[in-house]
Amino acid sequence: MLEYISIIITAIFVNNIVFAQFLGICPFIGVSRKLSSAVGMGAAVTFVMVLATAITWLLQDLVLTPFGLGFMQTIVFILVIAALVQMLEIILKKIAPVLYSALGVFLPLITTNCAVLGVAITVVQKNMNMGQSLVYAVATAIGFTMAISIFAGIREQLALADTPKAMRGVPIALICAGLLAMAFMGFSGIKIG
Amino acid sequence: MNDKLRILFNGIIAENPTFVLMLGMCPTLGTTGSAINGMSMGLATMAVLICSNVVISLIKNFVPSKVRIPAYIVVIAAFVSVLQLVMEAYVPSLYATLGIFIPLIVVNCIVLGRAEAFASRHGVLDSCLDGIGIGLGFTIALTLLGAVRELLGTGKIFDAAIYPEQYGSLVFVLAPGAFIALGLLIALFTKLRTAK
Repeated sequence: MLEYISIIITAIFVNNIVFAQFLGICPFIGVSRKLSSAVGMGAAVTFVMVLATAITWLLQDLVLTPFGLGFMQTIVFILVIAALVQMLEIILKKIAPVLYSALGVFLPLITTNCAVLGVAITVVQKNMNMGQSLVYAVATAIGFTMAISIFAGIREQLALADTPKAMRGVPIALICAGLLAMAFMGFSGIKIG
Repeated sequence: MNDKLRILFNGIIAENPTFVLMLGMCPTLGTTGSAINGMSMGLATMAVLICSNVVISLIKNFVPSKVRIPAYIVVIAAFVSVLQLVMEAYVPSLYATLGIFIPLIVVNCIVLGRAEAFASRHGVLDSCLDGIGIGLGFTIALTLLGAVRELLGTGKIFDAAIYPEQYGSLVFVLAPGAFIALGLLIALFTKLRTAK
């Protein structure tokens, strides 16, 4: 139990996917102008990340490793993620149109979100078992959602601020992200178990 | 001849992938702890970009437009896997330093972006030049960011000491410094570009 709590706290705070690992920066910068779209993006990423990690973990364990096909990992994983996103889009449209209209616009963007592929590869590299991988994926996704929501809140205020012309838009947002990352470094002393 | 040169230089200044298009932010921030790491990452991406641009411009007439994106992703992923194996064999220490960012070249928006925006519409030679240009632009940006972070953080550039290390502020080598240094560099680049 303690082991899982440790994974959760580490993935959300200490080793946050955006602020410490630099994954998923594109949506983090691109979809964080409004709080509502940031939360939507976070939810879509959570959904895809957990499913993708479960499927790629099984593929790695049942197909790639037993048949010595480890070198195919990159190709197989990215195809699985791309197909999964496409399928999710079709299924959601049919069975949950409300959820689809909320997440729909973000789904195609997720294929090129490196956080999803990043987590799928990380759990294999760290030799996590199925349970640990899923907990890690959920916690990482929560960490991402939290980071992008906090950041969107800040950017909504930032839009009203009088920043120098050259700094407007992405540059000032990046500097704010840097300050946020500095705040998150405060968690780095936490150790559990 | 002028046309070819324009394609080549387009990627370095006018459409610099980092400072202007702002694509491929993850490796830009994640691998630029030092100038040499930034440069290696830039060169690795450039290798994939040139190969995938050439192959995609060769196969563009055979791929039905409905499945072109998955087809491009497979081509890119194949070259990334080749690069991974080559780097693991010949430069294992560099491969370990860059870590997860090497397989993640697959999802680098720059590579897929150029495949879709340029290689799928132009000839082989032009696509190759575009790959070199954009690749160089990316490499220069990463090297510059790496150099700035290394200098401010440890007082060195490419491991050559400029000023004593204890005066450096370590935060620029750590995560927050990456965001702040990149933000300032983009602002500077925008200022210089719009001043003309």
